[in-house]
Amino acid sequence: MTTSKVASMRDAIADLVRDGDTVAIEGFTHLISFAAGHEIVRQGRRDLTLARMTPDLIYDQMIAGGVARKLVFSWLGNPGVGGLGAIRRRIETGEPTPLEVEEYSHFGMVGRYTAGAANLPFYPIRSYFESDLPAANPRIREIESPYGDGKVYAVPPLKPDVTIVHAQRADAAGNTQVWGLLGCQKEAAFAADRVIVVVEELVDEAVVRADPNRTIIPGLIVDAVVVEPFGAHPSYVQGAYDRDNRFYLDWDGITRDEDSLQAWLREWVYDLDGRPAYLEKLGAERVASLRPTAPAPSGVVDYGQYR
Amino acid sequence: MSETSPARPASAASSAAFSKSEMMIVAAARELAGQRVCFVGVGLPNIAVNLAQRTVAPDLELVYEAGVFGARPARLPLSIGDPTIVTGATAVVSMYELFSFYLQGGLVDVGFLGAAQVDRFGNINTTVIGPYDHPKTRLPGSGGACEIAINARQVFVIMRQSARSFVKAIDFRTSPGNLGGAEQAERIRREGGWLGRGPSVVVTDLGIWHFDEDGEMRLDSLHPGATVEEVRATVGWQPRISDGLTATPAPTPEELRLIREELDPAGAYTR
Repeated sequence: MTTSKVASMRDAIADLVRDGDTVAIEGFTHLISFAAGHEIVRQGRRDLTLARMTPDLIYDQMIAGGVARKLVFSWLGNPGVGGLGAIRRRIETGEPTPLEVEEYSHFGMVGRYTAGAANLPFYPIRSYFESDLPAANPRIREIESPYGDGKVYAVPPLKPDVTIVHAQRADAAGNTQVWGLLGCQKEAAFAADRVIVVVEELVDEAVVRADPNRTIIPGLIVDAVVVEPFGAHPSYVQGAYDRDNRFYLDWDGITRDEDSLQAWLREWVYDLDGRPAYLEKLGAERVASLRPTAPAPSGVVDYGQYR
Repeated sequence: MSETSPARPASAASSAAFSKSEMMIVAAARELAGQRVCFVGVGLPNIAVNLAQRTVAPDLELVYEAGVFGARPARLPLSIGDPTIVTGATAVVSMYELFSFYLQGGLVDVGFLGAAQVDRFGNINTTVIGPYDHPKTRLPGSGGACEIAINARQVFVIMRQSARSFVKAIDFRTSPGNLGGAEQAERIRREGGWLGRGPSVVVTDLGIWHFDEDGEMRLDSLHPGATVEEVRATVGWQPRISDGLTATPAPTPEELRLIREELDPAGAYTR
């Protein structure tokens, strides 16, 4: 019998995220833990290196909140909408504070987490040939195959101090199940020193054991389980709520101007004490509007009993 | 058609009946006829491939970098990581598997990309305008584009053309096209064991460009309402114009209905 790792968001962030850490809040469009990002801002962490394939709105908000000195990424934008103003201002003008960047491609970032998770010194990929990216980031290096069949590019392992992922469900030991887009959460979690899992629903161990193929992260590597329904808003959770595209469109206006961005942070992060207050402010109507239009359950598979 | 006589295949009335963006999306979708597996980039490629799946290429397998093979989106997603690309798909896989097995493993026929800047040889910049360390404008960066450009069997590009986007020299080469020309590009691809043959078409709001034997863009088709003068004014080099320049057929009522009623009723892609 394992002890419960269930913690409040406040305690999980206070215990596991420290100034100067490399933090990866992963989740590709799907399952982005905005709730954890906001708590990190509220607790005033500083000098973080933030790693994410797509910084998305969450890192724009966190960087505006002053938590980061460096950003590691592969695609910097608000997909289908526009830019991330806080990050762009820091890169283009160094205002209000400069931001160090380390840039890869998506496959490069996936390879970095994979090398980190598998305890490899680098990961080889067939990318970056004749691109200016290796010149912009000298950690991307050309290497010769030891078997004499050509060159590939190597990327270094990425081992976050803390990886934070949102998921549909986990048990109290942290055995975590996800469906829908999987992104690189598994790799990022296995690569990390500490792992926080934020879930829509806490379930019995028996629920996990009834469908073991769906477990992407074992409790073995999890340090805290935070139960935070709607904690991924305005990103989404497959089967639970839709991406709040209206918010992503609205962000384009908010992030264009540092003052409006700081006003948003005050209203939606600093002046609230957590996700329940955020949800109350968001309103039941908005929440209800994001529910799936109809259910689409999977078929049932039979694992069989073998005694 | 001579280079000096502008093509005006459509009457004023019919060219007013659709926008330049709609023409661009329709022309891009038609280019996918006969293709099987398409890796879908963010932005304009997304609506073009979804239109193609509903018209000229019903068997098109849509691959999204978020980790989906065989997507059947019921709505046009704003982002390419939308829940609608998951429900009803053939397979949902990790991004590691998507990039390693599907793309790098050689299963992608067409990588469909957007671009901020392109040069005459189809090299693409989506990273910065100005110097990398002190950019005038910071753009999104590669995402999956660099590896798509190298590993997809061929690359299609869709973008609006202007003096700022069709430039003599791109500020940063995010994704390689035909490098300094076909000869160099073919040698480097062969020696490097690339699976990709590089760019084969660029569809813009003014026309359709293919790549000639030198690996350079050549205008092969002019959209209704566009002129060769307009094309020249929006290209930062002396563009090659095909001797057999054709007029792109205007969008059909069904193509326009699909865009306006099914795919993009809010006009997010066509405004």
